[in-house]
Amino acid sequence: MSRLQVVSGKGGTGKTTVAAALALALATEGKRTLLVEVEGRQGIAQLFETEALPYEERKIAVAPGGGEVYALAIDPELALLDYLQMFYKLGGAGRALKKLGAVDFATTIAPGLRDVLLTGKACEAVRRKDKQGRFAYDCVVMDAPPTGRITRFLNVNDEVAGLARIGPIHNQAQAVMRVLKSPETSVHLVTLLEEMPVQETVDGIAELRAAQLPVGRVIVNMVRPTLLDEAELDLGLGRTPRTAIAKTLAAAGLGGARGAAGRLVDPLLAQAAEYAERHALEGAQRAVLAGHGLPLHELPLLADGLDLAGLYELAAELRTQGIA
Amino acid sequence: MSLDPARDPLDVDALLDDPKTRIVVCCGSGGVGKTTTAAALGLRAAERGRTVVVLTIDPARRLAQSMGIDSLDNVPRRVKDVHGGGELHAMMLDMKRTFDEIVEAHADKERAGAILSNPFYQSLSAGFAGTQEYMAMEKLGQLRSRDEWDLIVVDTPPSRSALDFLDAPKRLGSFLDGKLIRLLMAPAKMGGRAGMKFLNVGMSMMTGALGKLLGGQLLRDVQTFVAAMDTMFGGFRKRADATYRLLQAPGTAFLVVASPERDALREAAYFVERLAADDMPLAGLVLNRVHGSGAAELSAERALAAAENLEASSAGENLEASGIVDQEGGNVGLGNSSESEAPGSPEASDSPETSGSSPSTEETDSGTGSGSGSDPGAGSGSASVEQLTAGLLRLHAERMRLLARERHTRDRFTALHPEVAVAEVAALPGDVHDLDGLRAIGDQLASTRP
Ligand SMILES: Nc1ncnc2c1ncn2[C@@H]1O[C@H](COP(=O)(O)OP(=O)(O)OP(=O)(O)O)[C@@H](O)[C@H]1O
Ligand SMILES: Nc1ncnc2c1ncn2[C@@H]1O[C@H](COP(=O)(O)OP(=O)(O)OP(=O)(O)O)[C@@H](O)[C@H]1O
Ligand SMILES: [Mg+2]
Ligand SMILES: [Mg+2]
Repeated sequence: MSRLQVVSGKGGTGKTTVAAALALALATEGKRTLLVEVEGRQGIAQLFETEALPYEERKIAVAPGGGEVYALAIDPELALLDYLQMFYKLGGAGRALKKLGAVDFATTIAPGLRDVLLTGKACEAVRRKDKQGRFAYDCVVMDAPPTGRITRFLNVNDEVAGLARIGPIHNQAQAVMRVLKSPETSVHLVTLLEEMPVQETVDGIAELRAAQLPVGRVIVNMVRPTLLDEAELDLGLGRTPRTAIAKTLAAAGLGGARGAAGRLVDPLLAQAAEYAERHALEGAQRAVLAGHGLPLHELPLLADGLDLAGLYELAAELRTQGIA
Repeated sequence: MSLDPARDPLDVDALLDDPKTRIVVCCGSGGVGKTTTAAALGLRAAERGRTVVVLTIDPARRLAQSMGIDSLDNVPRRVKDVHGGGELHAMMLDMKRTFDEIVEAHADKERAGAILSNPFYQSLSAGFAGTQEYMAMEKLGQLRSRDEWDLIVVDTPPSRSALDFLDAPKRLGSFLDGKLIRLLMAPAKMGGRAGMKFLNVGMSMMTGALGKLLGGQLLRDVQTFVAAMDTMFGGFRKRADATYRLLQAPGTAFLVVASPERDALREAAYFVERLAADDMPLAGLVLNRVHGSGAAELSAERALAAAENLEASSAGENLEASGIVDQEGGNVGLGNSSESEAPGSPEASDSPETSGSSPSTEETDSGTGSGSGSDPGAGSGSASVEQLTAGLLRLHAERMRLLARERHTRDRFTALHPEVAVAEVAALPGDVHDLDGLRAIGDQLASTRP
């Protein structure tokens, strides 16, 4: 199994949620996973209901079975200083650089440097070993930028390696690329069963493949439960006499068939028609996704919104589906 | 949907019709419908007579296609099939082209050529973190200054942090005011006395660090680039500052888009606060994909209880229930239990109310036998009306719960931000991917009237 699991997808589809659930699912007995975020949004802290994460790996959860989940919000500025210190013992110069505006420049304006630092830090965590030579983390899960930017984000090192043809940045960029383009990495895409997210997923798969980045799984999130089965839908769509429904509603104690119960028929059938339309659309989108030869997983829509308990539920679901 | 009267509804048509409204910016968190809303507002304004351009950044392809802009050409294109007297133009931001155009417009030919072929420039302009925001500001400024459109609707990208583009001028400014740029622009002075004089402390460490970090050749590329751009930086900043002020001016209206969910509304609250802090004029909140019900008088609890009631009775009382429907039609299931719930069950028969579509009628006609009880499993025809009705009730219960949750989340937002006007847009059953879909959204946007 890949040791770096990158989670992308269209905005709002559940990247942060799925990344967190995956980190929990992968932290089986005795294992340790690291969940990283790279967009400075503090999404992990919100999800785990803790205070904002500092630039420091800290334990945020214990998975069922005893594995541990650590989290890190990678801050590009601090990653740069960290990096200068780690590789060049340039801690002091860091401050001078900052004063000059060079850190600002490097992390916001200089092309790609920001992304190099972010992916670089994640890869460093992937490769890090303890004194006994064991990996510090069994697995690193990244809550990554959305589909529209993911290929560029992961591929930035290639570009930077071309830009800085020699020197430490070049070497660093190449080292990161070796991890990202190897089977050590899997890029998963989260989607909903809606046209645009599915379209973005399909485009994303093609882009990632063209850049030789390893595409992992497609995770369909917020899948709604089946409330009316096919037969009922078929019946509901104008084939059943309204009077029959009205009488049945009346029999169920909802008023007279020509009165209160009768008035319910049209709106209830309208809701069924809407449901049917969505249902058909979802089926069509599922078929589109299935056409790409990637493992497909589905996570249910948690009706009461997502809280910590729900997150564990999703993690358990991922384990059941054999993703971990 | 009944609106809380205490709340201030957002009058979208008044906003769009007001000739003083020149820029509308749609912002909000990921996937809430910013692009859809921007396109719908643009279309509606055009169909109400205005000359509109929608500037979309990274739009969903299907939506772009629906407006006839499937190629990235960075030029507004007229959208066909727009009703009424106005015009709708749409364009996608092409960062690189925008950047190239600026270089070409502001540098002489030779210098422009040098910049355009600089590898550092090529990467920068192709859209790394930050570039998109500057270019969006540039493009907006350009569109506004051309004065060809009386309304510009701006869609914002799914950004890292909420309002990155508002920070663009400031970031550019701090870079330009910083010492780094002087260091980069004065390669000749670097080792020399003059350089030492104003860069003093840590200077030697600095050049060393930069050289070490970037590698000599990249540092040279950067320096050449910065030197060539030298005269243009001032212009960048001036324009970014001007656009920033334009956004603050009365002709601009920000709309924060959110779905009625906790996280989206939390982010919306952040946007509202951030816009206020930057003195940006907020027109209101678009609450997108709100669910309603035509049978709101039936509560989730009653609907569920009734559904359970029906299901319990349908188990034992098939025969009685079959009296409800007339007994025409056969049992398509024909004793095949696994198929018994397949489409085309007996109730598809012709009742006065159901003007059954021809395929269904045929299916029914081909059914054989009276088959009641031929299927011990589930699918005997008469039970299905009850099952169907129970299903409808369950669906309704689900809808009512969703509705209650959405109301609750919405009310929490409005309690915290009573000053923010709100327009609600219903969740459409299908996806939005054509002009009709956008029209439907537009109608929804405008249906929340004071
Ligand atoms: N399976 C689910 N059931 C119910 N709610 C969910 C589920 N998955 C995610 N959510 C909710 O959907 C919203 C979006 O999820 P999340 O923040 O994980 O998405 P994202 O893709 O990271 O968004 P962004 O693009 O803004 O980073 C959140 O409110 C989250 O709680
Ligand atoms: N009122 C609505 N009813 C039904 N579907 C809608 C509605 N509004 C938007 N959608 C759908 O929701 C999805 C997201 O919309 P859209 O792409 O406009 O969001 P966005 O905020 O621009 O997303 P991103 O952050 O990725 O740019 C699309 O599939 C769109 O068709
Ligand atoms: Mg997220
Ligand atoms: Mg969008």
